Order: sequence, then C-alpha cells, then structure tokens
Amino acid sequence: MAIKKVVLNFPPRLIQEPVTYHLVRDYDLQVNIMRALVRPREKGRMVLELTGSQANMDKAFEYLDQVGVQVDALVQELRYNPDLCVHCTACTAFCPTGALSVDPDSRKIVFDASHCILCESCIPACAYRAIECQF
Amino acid sequence: MTRTIEEINAKIKAGKVVVATAEEVVGLVREKGVKAATQAVDVVTTGTFGPMCSSGVYFNIRQSTPKIKCGGGKVAFNGVPAYAGWAAADLLLGCTAVSEEDPRNAVYPGLFSYGGAHVIQDLVQGKVVKLTASTYGTDCYPRKEYSVELGLQDFASAVMFNPRNCYQLYNVAVNLGKRTIYTYMGVLKPGLGNANFATAGALSPLLKDPTLRTVGIGTRIFIGGTEGYVVWPGTQHVAEPQRLANGLPQSPSATLAVIGDLKQMSPQYLRAASIVGYGTSLAIGIGIPIPVLDEQVMAHAAIGDGEITFPIVDYAEAYPLGRPGGLGRVSMTELLSGHIEVDGKKVATGCLTSRAKAREVAAELKSRIQNGGFTLSRPVAPLPGAELAQGC
Repeated sequence: MAIKKVVLNFPPRLIQEPVTYHLVRDYDLQVNIMRALVRPREKGRMVLELTGSQANMDKAFEYLDQVGVQVDALVQELRYNPDLCVHCTACTAFCPTGALSVDPDSRKIVFDASHCILCESCIPACAYRAIECQF
Repeated sequence: MTRTIEEINAKIKAGKVVVATAEEVVGLVREKGVKAATQAVDVVTTGTFGPMCSSGVYFNIRQSTPKIKCGGGKVAFNGVPAYAGWAAADLLLGCTAVSEEDPRNAVYPGLFSYGGAHVIQDLVQGKVVKLTASTYGTDCYPRKEYSVELGLQDFASAVMFNPRNCYQLYNVAVNLGKRTIYTYMGVLKPGLGNANFATAGALSPLLKDPTLRTVGIGTRIFIGGTEGYVVWPGTQHVAEPQRLANGLPQSPSATLAVIGDLKQMSPQYLRAASIVGYGTSLAIGIGIPIPVLDEQVMAHAAIGDGEITFPIVDYAEAYPLGRPGGLGRVSMTELLSGHIEVDGKKVATGCLTSRAKAREVAAELKSRIQNGGFTLSRPVAPLPGAELAQGC
C-alpha cells in the first residue's frame, strides 16, 4: 500500500472534468482532499492524499499525465524558515497534525513537512513571518 | 554565608568567578542543597526573549545645512511616524507605531507588516531607513523640509529606552467567547481552543529574584546583545503584590524601565514582530545577572518550572472588561508540556516567549561574566516595595 501527498494543477480546460472520480473509480485509490482552489476560467489546484497499491498509483499518475494534469510533490508548498523563527512555539497550539512541534529538550521548533496538511492555521499565529504558504 | 558585589567583581576580574544559569541552579540546589549551591556559585544569569510593546528608541540626528527644527514638526522613518516634540534634532520612535497608510484593523485581522519595530530591526540589521521631516522655519532653523537616508551609525545617538519591559509573571490567555480573537497574547481560538503564555519560566529575570533583593535602579543588564541599565521601575510596576508562599507574586507585578545603546545591539537579540490583528511589537533579549549574596538569593534563583504558577485569564470578556478571571492557576511545567486542563477541558498551549532564545541570552551573559567582559553593578536605589539584600 502506498500513500502519497500531491498537488494537482488543472489547466482551465480540465476544470469541468471529474478527475478525482476517475482516480477513485478506475484506479481504486482512496482520495483525501486536503485543499482545493478552483476558479472558473483559471487554473485549479488541489492538494490530495492518495492511498492505494503502487501499481494503481503509477497508472493513475500516467492517466493524470495523459489528460494534462500537472502533479507536484507537496513538500515545497509550506515553507518554514528557521532563520526567521525565534522558537517561541506560538504556532504549535494551532497545528492539528503535529507537523509543527517543540523539541522538549532544546525547546526549538521542529517542522515535519510530511505531516503538514496545508491548513495554514499556523500562519496568523507566527509574528515573525517564518511560515509561508505557496499554495 | 554571604558575599558582596565588590567581592564578586574582584573574582570576575581575577577570572575566578563561578557563574551558572538560572536553569542550571534549579538542578544544582535540588542535588546539593541551597547552602552548598550558595557557596559554589557567585552569579546566576537569567534571560528572556519575547515581544515587549513598551519599547522604543530615541535618536539624535546630525543637523542638515541649513538647519531644521524637527521639534514641533512631523517626522517619519520609512513612513512610520515618530515623535518630534522635543528639541530640534531629538526624535522618538516607538515599536508599535505604524504608517498612516497602514489599513490597521480596517481589514480585519490586520497584518501589521511594518511598524516602528521593523524600522529598529532594519537599522540593527545594517539597512538604511528614510527619514522625512516637515516643520515650520525659524530664524535659527530656517529649513522646512528634509529627507535623508540614514544607517544606524549615521545617527549622532540612537538609544533604546523602554518604559516597561520584563513583566514579573504574566497571564495565561484563553478565549471563552464564541469567535476567534486576535490579542497581544496571540490568536486565541473560541471555546478554550488554545492557551497562550508569555514567560521564560525558570529563566525569567524577575521570577528568579521575586522580591527584587538584587535588582534595582542602576543594575547593569544584558539588553539586545549589549550592556544596558535598569533606570527606573517600569510603568504599571506593582510595588506590593499579593504573594504566594514561595515569594512569587500571584499576578503580573514588577516591571522595569531599561536603557541601552542601540548602536551596540545585535539582530540576534532584537526581532520585529507582526502580531496579526493586534499590531507591531519588538521582541528583545534581556538578561539580568543575579549576584548570589546570601542563601535566600540562591533559594529564590533555584525556583523551578514546577513551582512557578500563572493565573489563567479569559481574553474574550474578563480581560477587556477588567473583570476578575477565576479560571485557576497552572504551573510552567504544565504549560511546557503542550497541554493544560481548564474547566475540565484539555487545551493546547503555545508560548510567545522563546525559551530557546532565553537560554541563548542567559548563556551569553554567563560567558561574558566568565570572560571578564561584564561586571556587576551595585543598584543605587531599590525598586518601589523592595528592600535590597546586604552586600548590594
């Protein structure tokens, strides 16, 4: 079983296409939509967590490639800048997944991008603008 | 045993002083007892690093030709208004000032991206800022408009002067209301969504000398990376707070007015903060050395996170309307664990003071004292409500 977090970028012509439906029905993937931003006549973006067999996942990516959906890895979407962070820890109470946490010994912030779901709750909590969302 | 500040300074000069941070003495006293720790350690260093809104800088600018009288006119740094109600070339910039064009909270919650704190940060980071002045002309100061780009070293003087820093004890802020609120204690989610606190706990300068026996007017301190001084009690200083059995106050009480040369400060210990929905503020690293003059000083300095407790206050109603809180107290240890219990509910905690940076401050002050670069000063007068220890 493979789990992948990806960002799908839809060109305007594909916004009417039921792409997620095909991922579920044709490739037997579990699709967890974490964020979506779709505006008529503009590019659409969607953050998904996909769960399924590796073979189906590979086929699904082929399908996405064929129809013209650009797939990006999620890692760069939320940027934590340790140079701007003062390690006050105000953000940690806002992070629902523990992607931002405090090391109990050093009392410093640890950011684990693999747990981030791009909810952006941390952004207003940071007075030093150390977290930036690219979505 | 007792010692005096003169004895400690002699040991600093001889390179024989023993210094420990306020966190280190907690374990030392637990292990060896107050008596042995008092004998072993000469100085305890404290530290804190967090937003302190009552902070600012006064500047003296070198005169233009022809001369200009800023006093009575209008001045701004990078568009952020400063105070020009003094003499011709003396200006005051507070860290919470924002430009007239800033939407503030008109677009709620406001972002407060640039304010007085950011001007101060820019200068300390070596950037130039644009000073604009417009005023009336006089026979001795004929110029009416002036605009110039200045770096920190271009000012004749740039002095940080903060009327209220280093609050002794602070509230733990929660929100009992029904909507998210944006406060100086950060973003507070409704229905006890989170709890924010602002203290360095076992490293916090005034918590480690709760009855102010070693800190007074004239105490030399570490501020923003350089030496500064306590010049006066801070505004809103509470001289006679109600105290718990361990000497700690029950609610926010002592404060300090402090001063230091901005030109000597470092960006490592000064950071501009943009508190969403509230305004700009300046996070400052401040450390105060505690001379171990007697066993009582050590006993107080060794108070641990578990023994320091804070009142929980509702910032939706109780705080803005000035009503008493009554949500109980929590210890620093509980706050640091990431969750506290309020009204039977598990509430996630976040801090506004950086314990990691507070450690950096206490460690830096420790090393400066050990290297002979920082000696202790005898306070010239106690703070209101305090009595200085013998040897001060």
